[in-house]
Amino acid sequence: MSDDPSTFVLIALTVITAATPLVFAAMGELVTERSGVLNLGVEGMMLAGAVSSFLCVHLTGNAPLSLLVGTAAGIVMALLFGFLTLSLQASQVATGLALTIFGTGLSALVGQSLIGVAYEGLPKLSVPVLSDIPTLGPLLFQHDVLVYGSWLLVPAVAYFLNRTRGGLVLRAVGDSHDAAHALGYRVIRVRYLATLFGGACSGLAGAYLSMAYAPMWVENMSAGRGWIALALVVFAVWQPGWVLFGAYLFGGITILQLHGQGIGINVPSQLMSMLPYITTIVVLVLISLDQGRVRRNAPAAIGQAFHPTT
Amino acid sequence: MIHLQRRANPSKLMGYLAPVIALAMTLLAGFLLFALLGVPVGEAFRAYFIDPISDSYGLAELGVKAAPLIMIAAALSLGFRAGVWNIGAEGQLILGGICGGAVALYFYEVESAFVLPLMCLAGVIGGMAWAAIPALLRTTVNANEILTSLMLTYVASLLLSFLVHGPMRDPDGFNFPESRLFHDAATLPLVLPGTRLHIGAPIAIFIALAAWILLSRTLLGFALRVNGNAPRAARHTGFSQAKLVWFSLLFTGAVAGLAGLFEVAGPIGQLNPVISPGYGFTAIIVAFLGRLHPIGVIFAGLIMALSYLGGETAQITLNMPLAVTGVFQGMLLFFLLAADVLIHYRVVFGRERHYVR
Amino acid sequence: MPEVSLFTSTRRALLAMAASAALALPGVGMSADSPLKVGFVYVGPVGDHGWTYRHDIGRLAIEEKFGDKVETTFVESVPEGADAERVIRKLASSGHGLIFTTSFGYMNPTVKVAKQFPDVKFEHATGYKRGDNVSTYSSRFYEGRTILGTMAGMMTKSNTIGYIASFPIPEVVRGINAFTIAMRKVNPDATVKVIWVNTWYDPGKEADAAKTLIDQGVDIITQHTDSPAALQVAEERGVLGFGQASDMSSFAPNAQLTAIVDDWDPYYIERTQAVIDGTWESTDTWKGINSGMVAMSDYGPKVPDDVKAAADLIREGIVEGTLHPFAGPIKNQAGEVVVAEGEVLDDGVLLGMDYYVEGVQGTLPK
Repeated sequence: MSDDPSTFVLIALTVITAATPLVFAAMGELVTERSGVLNLGVEGMMLAGAVSSFLCVHLTGNAPLSLLVGTAAGIVMALLFGFLTLSLQASQVATGLALTIFGTGLSALVGQSLIGVAYEGLPKLSVPVLSDIPTLGPLLFQHDVLVYGSWLLVPAVAYFLNRTRGGLVLRAVGDSHDAAHALGYRVIRVRYLATLFGGACSGLAGAYLSMAYAPMWVENMSAGRGWIALALVVFAVWQPGWVLFGAYLFGGITILQLHGQGIGINVPSQLMSMLPYITTIVVLVLISLDQGRVRRNAPAAIGQAFHPTT
Repeated sequence: MIHLQRRANPSKLMGYLAPVIALAMTLLAGFLLFALLGVPVGEAFRAYFIDPISDSYGLAELGVKAAPLIMIAAALSLGFRAGVWNIGAEGQLILGGICGGAVALYFYEVESAFVLPLMCLAGVIGGMAWAAIPALLRTTVNANEILTSLMLTYVASLLLSFLVHGPMRDPDGFNFPESRLFHDAATLPLVLPGTRLHIGAPIAIFIALAAWILLSRTLLGFALRVNGNAPRAARHTGFSQAKLVWFSLLFTGAVAGLAGLFEVAGPIGQLNPVISPGYGFTAIIVAFLGRLHPIGVIFAGLIMALSYLGGETAQITLNMPLAVTGVFQGMLLFFLLAADVLIHYRVVFGRERHYVR
Repeated sequence: MPEVSLFTSTRRALLAMAASAALALPGVGMSADSPLKVGFVYVGPVGDHGWTYRHDIGRLAIEEKFGDKVETTFVESVPEGADAERVIRKLASSGHGLIFTTSFGYMNPTVKVAKQFPDVKFEHATGYKRGDNVSTYSSRFYEGRTILGTMAGMMTKSNTIGYIASFPIPEVVRGINAFTIAMRKVNPDATVKVIWVNTWYDPGKEADAAKTLIDQGVDIITQHTDSPAALQVAEERGVLGFGQASDMSSFAPNAQLTAIVDDWDPYYIERTQAVIDGTWESTDTWKGINSGMVAMSDYGPKVPDDVKAAADLIREGIVEGTLHPFAGPIKNQAGEVVVAEGEVLDDGVLLGMDYYVEGVQGTLPK
């Protein structure tokens, strides 16, 4: 790092690492949900991504390959979910929950040999010249590849959803599959793709956990972050920019309450730990006051099964 | 190619046959899984499905484990039918446990018959109060209940942790995080002496039956069903959308709160930092596994409970790590959920024909 | 342990005794050809690399030591609620003669099941309720923290140490206090900053807490949570730290100064031996470094010789009983003397410790 970064920068850096897995998982789920599919299995897909990427980096030492493997693991899990819910019309809510049970067990099984294995973490990629700018340099240009990736993902998804034909089709499918079908769009195929994208992002979120956030594998290391990601999609009223805001808000409050404890604020820690959850509710209430935006963005057909001959 | 063709009417036969088919598929897939892991297949199946319930104690434990799942899932299925996504039953359960437990601790010195009913009432009110928050936010500012109910679950579990680490801990317990053990007057009567099967089990069945009658025989039940499919049409039944949201959440909150109270006043007998191994979440699966039908939920709850007991037995008798149980449980659920496709669709071999309608 | 070294020479005789004892105790399932079944109930997954992981290593040590004379079983991730009683009972009713329940939350279920199975021996970790067939056992981990506190006090430059804590239970508070008392003895200006993360293991959150503490100016971190995440952060940020439960030097080769290692092997072997011998009695075991139940890993490369020497001295003092981690004078946060000079805090107070000593920042959440 250049010189001595200010306290603000240091806190911000901690918030960034805490928020990045949430950004990935929530962005993936957002795309999935905008196509009308509710996949509650984010936690399971994250664990699959975490364990497989860590296994790969342990065996090969090849970080880029390991990120790909983590992504692929998320995709495979999402494919399983897609097959059950899209091809076989199983209940999305229940299948998603079952996917989490399955993923938790499977990752523990695969990870048995990885307990106590160390890895130094994804390398930081400093952007030449820019990373030397005081404050902004360490804040924006001295991260690992996944942090940059999470920042690019948000505008990319926003652009795709709002500015491209593919995004239009995806939203149409999510709002009314019957109408989209009548227009000749292949509803199931669109939903498969959106689901797989969600799986890929969750897999990456998991890979970030085991390769960057806390580079190791321990069972169930996602510790509920998949659920927070699900909540963030709702929080963001299905808008990419708000996912970023929500993830950083949640991460920020979490870190700030730790800082509050560190400087000796006299409130029981359990009550302090409630803050991120309560803040999220309060902000959602404020957001929800703008009813128009909620209605515009919420996918109307979410969670509903579709079959072309219905 | 294999493809699905929608049946004109749901198949009654398949309604009963689908779970059997799913079970057969699970046995097949389990055979492969266990063979792959080098576990004796026959013994594995015995550990999962037979050993846990091979004596009266095991059967009673099945009831202990299934009761909270069944009652919460029955209540949840009403709400899910109405399109109300309460996924925070776990938090409502915890609040029920806290409030009911608080009554037990407050009347610690009192050995009277009114204590237990009062605890039940407090549990119900606690669960309802916790569910009222998402209901209020949904009906006033249209805040999505998925988020609010889920976030409140975390808040509830931290609240419980705070209470048992502080104000509610046993004054003679060396400051360890647990409350006093409840007196006999504050613990649930047993149904089967010598086991832990408490009165909560028959009550769970009763709640499922009541939910069934409510859903199929009353105007409110009709309104709930209509609301899930066509929210605007539900208005014509005389129930506003807001009323249905309030009802769904409060009913589930009440039942989940009661389930939480049953846990602390039944098998646990005190307040602990953890009073539920995620019953509120598992009940969501149970609700869908039971096809959102209160009677189906009874069977689904029993299957789910059995799979947990089986997981314990498999660890004890076969030294099988819990991870295998997770994988096996996941497979069982996948097959059960997927098999239901046969109720509405038939599998057709050959080219897909498109009907002109 | 002396019992262990005696064991090899008298194995045959002991086994004969065990066989005859089994005849007198129907239901326990011991006989010459059927091995003693030893069951374990774990609160977390074996793969937590922390508390449960260390107990499982103890279980494997039993298998290693006794070979086919024992059979071990474990049930992992058993929630400390209604499920615990069923699992313990299942172990008892399926022929296990000795059952270790390895978390505080199993106390009441263990005692309850033990009453129904008088012939089965139960061992409950970290609790305080015993019975004719229920022993309790725990380690005086705080002795290890006295060594850590000494080292930290000597090595800190910022005079602020970070402490990542799990839940405000006496065990954790005791550790914080032992650490602080020792630290202040060598460095009266140093203070301890505590952050409670309300979890035993969540690597991400532990890493966040470590970063927060470093950002607030601490230069040494210690923890009472399970994962090596905080040490990894210390390694990356160039500060120092201590391992918890296991030697974590592979995760932080430079940053780890030493680690407190939970070593359940000697106790588990001793108790298993006692059941085989038929000499098992209900006991209350709370032992520390001199019993081997609390072990210290090798010093890391950054520990200077004078610190090593001081730490060794503390260690010897504890082992020989000349140094008590909670010897007076001890002041509470208000500066009042709570333990007078020449006195030592008794085990009863230690067991339920619920206040901070002088030198800890912040107030204890209650």
